[in-house]
Amino acid sequence: MSFLAATGLAIGSAWALYGVGTALVLAGALGVVLLRNPVHCALSLVTTIFGIALLFVDQHAYFLAAVQIIVYAGAIVILFLFVIMLLGVDRKEARAPENVRLLVPMALVVGAVAVAELLALARLQYWAAGAKSTTQSLSGPGSDIQKLGQTIFTSYLLPFEMTAALLVIAIVAAVALVRRRSQPPPAPPRKSAGALRHPARAPEAPGAAVRPAATAGAGRSAAAATRSPAAAASTPKTSNETREGRAVS
Amino acid sequence: MSGGTYLVAAGCTINDITGKISGLCTAKGSIHISINYPALVPFFVLGGGALVVLLLSAVLPKRPYRGLWAGLTVAAGVGTVVDGLVQWQQLNGSSVTPVTLGDQLFYDHMGAFFAVLFGVATVAGAAISDGYLEREGLDGPEPYVLMLSCSLGAVLMADAAGFVTLFLGLEILSISLYAMSAYHRWRAASGEAGLKYLILGSLASAIFIYGAALIYGATGSLQYLGVVSFLADNALFQNGVLLGGMVLVIVGLGFKVAAVPFHFWSPDVYQGAPTPFVGYMAAVAKAAGFAGLLRVLMLALPTLESTWRPIIWVLATLSVVFGSILALVQVDLKRMLAYSSISQAGYVLIGLQAGTAQGVRAVAFYLFTYTFMVIGTFAIVGVLQGRGEARNDLSAVRGLASRSPWLAGAMLVLMLGQAGIPLTSGFLGKWVVIEAVLGQGQYELALIGMLGAAVAAFFYLRVALIMFLAPESPGAPAGGAVTLSATGGPGAATAGGGPSDGGPESSEPGDSGWAAGAGRAYSGSDLQAIVTAGLSARDRALALRPPPHTRVRVPAATAAVIAVCVVFTVFAGVSTPVLSWAHAIALPWSA
Amino acid sequence: MLAAVAAASYNGDPVFAKGITLGVWIIELVKLVAVFAIIMVGVLFMVMYERKAVAYLGNRWGPNRAGPKGWLQSLADGLKLFFKEALVPEGADRWVYRAAPVIAMVPVMVSFSVIPIGDTVTVAGYTTRLQLADPPWGILVMLMASSISVYGVMLAGWASGSKYPLIGAVRASAQMISYEAALGLTVATVVVLTGSLHTSAIVAAQHGGVLYHWNVFRAYGLPAAIFFVAITAEMTRPPFDLVEAEEELAGGYNMEYSSIGFALFYLAEYAALVTNSAFFVTLFLGGPDGPYWHTIGPLWFVIKVLAVLYVYVWIRATLPRLRYDQLMDLGWKKLIPASLAMLLIVAAGHISWRWGLAALSGSLFAFILLSRAIEVGRTQVEEGAQAELESP
Repeated sequence: MSFLAATGLAIGSAWALYGVGTALVLAGALGVVLLRNPVHCALSLVTTIFGIALLFVDQHAYFLAAVQIIVYAGAIVILFLFVIMLLGVDRKEARAPENVRLLVPMALVVGAVAVAELLALARLQYWAAGAKSTTQSLSGPGSDIQKLGQTIFTSYLLPFEMTAALLVIAIVAAVALVRRRSQPPPAPPRKSAGALRHPARAPEAPGAAVRPAATAGAGRSAAAATRSPAAAASTPKTSNETREGRAVS
Repeated sequence: MSGGTYLVAAGCTINDITGKISGLCTAKGSIHISINYPALVPFFVLGGGALVVLLLSAVLPKRPYRGLWAGLTVAAGVGTVVDGLVQWQQLNGSSVTPVTLGDQLFYDHMGAFFAVLFGVATVAGAAISDGYLEREGLDGPEPYVLMLSCSLGAVLMADAAGFVTLFLGLEILSISLYAMSAYHRWRAASGEAGLKYLILGSLASAIFIYGAALIYGATGSLQYLGVVSFLADNALFQNGVLLGGMVLVIVGLGFKVAAVPFHFWSPDVYQGAPTPFVGYMAAVAKAAGFAGLLRVLMLALPTLESTWRPIIWVLATLSVVFGSILALVQVDLKRMLAYSSISQAGYVLIGLQAGTAQGVRAVAFYLFTYTFMVIGTFAIVGVLQGRGEARNDLSAVRGLASRSPWLAGAMLVLMLGQAGIPLTSGFLGKWVVIEAVLGQGQYELALIGMLGAAVAAFFYLRVALIMFLAPESPGAPAGGAVTLSATGGPGAATAGGGPSDGGPESSEPGDSGWAAGAGRAYSGSDLQAIVTAGLSARDRALALRPPPHTRVRVPAATAAVIAVCVVFTVFAGVSTPVLSWAHAIALPWSA
Repeated sequence: MLAAVAAASYNGDPVFAKGITLGVWIIELVKLVAVFAIIMVGVLFMVMYERKAVAYLGNRWGPNRAGPKGWLQSLADGLKLFFKEALVPEGADRWVYRAAPVIAMVPVMVSFSVIPIGDTVTVAGYTTRLQLADPPWGILVMLMASSISVYGVMLAGWASGSKYPLIGAVRASAQMISYEAALGLTVATVVVLTGSLHTSAIVAAQHGGVLYHWNVFRAYGLPAAIFFVAITAEMTRPPFDLVEAEEELAGGYNMEYSSIGFALFYLAEYAALVTNSAFFVTLFLGGPDGPYWHTIGPLWFVIKVLAVLYVYVWIRATLPRLRYDQLMDLGWKKLIPASLAMLLIVAAGHISWRWGLAALSGSLFAFILLSRAIEVGRTQVEEGAQAELESP
């Protein structure tokens, strides 16, 4: 893109890119927050992503721009939309009124304070002192993707590999949580289990009402149940026993 | 950046000492990066272990052998420990130069030390998980894969030489832990714990990465040593961005170690997550978080010491004070241990606050000994709570001394250890921590630490006392429990009013006395009043509920882990090898 | 390796070498209009080509009234559609409903702009490539376009406010995302062989010799096949046309559309067909390079694209539609592992034959493990289903 650098067109096009990109980013971000329909929100997010891609182009980071669109617009937001459509949550956004009503002014106040703070700090000269930044394409020969590739496979090789590990682990984690088991679950604990073993104290034991009690003693309790049929209804049982109990009654 | 820089191909030079590549290497075979394989062995062992478990679980039919996955995990953990020890032997103590893979990792004593720690935690965690998962009908390869990957992330955090690597380690660790917390699929509390941990943890990760970005913006480097050298060469007169970044990084890592303003996730997660995983998590997440904090604060930002020390001071104070006080009023055993671990994190922060070699030593020693204590404690809680995690309240341990004296004895030692009673590693840990801050003239902090320990001793000893209460509610003669629960608050208050003052001192000489009296019924109302001091009427009744009438079945592996933890807690408390190890990792800062 | 070194100093279209003058503007404008025209003519032709060929394969006449031998039939259809009423259904989301056909059209148009139709030409002192744009991210434009083209289908289905289009849209999104991974990996294989993302560099690397320079041979064939299957699925062409399965979904995502909206979807579909055939030619069949007479590049290009297009028609006329689970099986359990293995093998073979052999044997081993794992998983699922059936 060195051909542009010679002319004023370079500056003009850079500003235009920046302007359009920023406008898209901001408009999209506002849309995400303000629109009511989740599908529209997701589309606003796509707008933001395109804006960010434009800003990457403005920084001569072409590969990042392309990847931004391929990965975020092309995969992630599609998955959002997929879930929204599959779950059918579009068109009616449920809001819990009482909590939000308090949160909105709070968020406004905090946001206003943060913006004011940022603006005030930005006015202080050199508040953001630090290393020099680069706003141009990276120096050295080769296109940005070649430089990126070389960096990833040399100095950032370990983080690169670990990112791969991270993704694998995330998959394992997701599978671990959703995988169906062929094994039946253990007997669910009954709330009133404590009542049986100490019938005299049952009404006074407040903990029994809030804490699930032991199922480990199911066998014992079942034996106890034969002794005191009155309490049988509240006896913790294994699932088989429960089924039999229902059949009898 | 001196050394032999040579041209490999057109436009491509490689410095053969630093391995730094400049120019564009497009010619075939022109890129060589030096890889220090010994430094990577823990990653190969843990990651390879995880992959082997995954692969075997995919290709073996159904469930091949019981305990295969746990066995493989233990093997990988043992491998990590052995490798950590080998690294320890081979390394030169004072080197803190990142050596491998584009300077992304440190290969030093601290890394080896933490590798040993995480290896131990993996071994113990896998061993106690086996029995638990079988009891709950949850056994499968996934939790072990997650545990190994979690350890991998932890080692990565401890070895990281830059913010990118640190962040990746943090994420690997966190994602594994989120899933492990939610793993008990038939307990709603477990899913809730996982969800809470996920949401809050993601927020913390975002805060951390934002902080790292700000530090990068201010210094132009993501490597700790790059940050240091930039700050050494350039004086930032207006370092707002840098300070902001530092604070956000502290927040992100403070979340992982559950320091007080960022601790809100911890009680819910500890309460809901599967118990052995909680023990593992308490040890590993905390140690990894502190390893990250140590590296960031002591290596990358030593020039800002005067700024971060007050921040750590506040965090430490809040953690010790709030952790101890809130643990007092918990009736759920796991929740109480959550607050207790918050206050323990406070002690480690006190050591960090010293900012000296002595402080580093204290942090390392404390973390190492705490690993054993916390995993042992949760192992015992795991076997006591019964199937389906039915009983987590304080009274689940009631009468344990008569039901299962050995277990009660082990629990007693671990509780005393965490309380910091002399002749246990907990005492020595608190000692070195306080010594470190005293060395810096921080008398207030030392005082707060000691007061916190006094408060904390109370709730640890409460558990010990409950274990020695009679298992059955006594009948008419003593009448304590019955009266208490029948009449509720007022009766208990009057019964407990007088003798509760005598609580703390009566517990001190009781050290050996209780153990001797195992099995006898201490059911007098005075004792119960001590036990229930500070609790509300409802909680009081809960704390004095009768225990489950079951024999406690301790799986062999769990028993072994508990035994090792107990022995180590005593061993590290009365001898010095662990302390001298901890001393060796602090060498780079002692100059 | 020479290609890689050349690519390092590769800098896009030479027309910009002298800066941007009026001549450059005119040339770019002409190329823009030409690309648009090529797509439009290509679509009109393709619609007829397909109908004629399918009719031929089915032993029928096909359309034979409008124009000479019926070749103007598609033009007549298009005109008819433009004069119909554009209905917006009651339950539709108006804005999205109207925007969806345009969103479907744009990425296809954009992606054609990077296809090199020939080598360079010199007009009035300006040397330029026979492609609209030669950006440094070259072939990524194709991946971008294919990943964005989901939106048109998806939003159309959703915005129609109707059941069947929605099912079509959900199917489309899952299908396109599944096949994008294999698509990206095969494109990466070609990029590894070339050492550049420039489409012009990709065809330049295949230039010369007799066929064996073409990537279809250099990449050992399989990636080309995977790419072909994956773009077929991306375009939801038969046998992957579950998105618009008439028998199940009454026409699928564009069921509610009429008039221009429908015409645009039709246009986008066939434009995608032409564009993706052109990409197949570019990536694997040497682009404008011929097996002989290398100078007549554009002609070779057209011939090859027509040949590929005929294969599509052929497939449509012969293969039955896949079931949805077969579609997902093919994508996830076969194409993605195979494309990954081929990427490894090609990259390793690029270094030396020893590495290539190692990668091949590793891939075979992994393949054995994978099939074993799939088998174990299937038996477990079956047992689980059996247990569920047995338990009340």
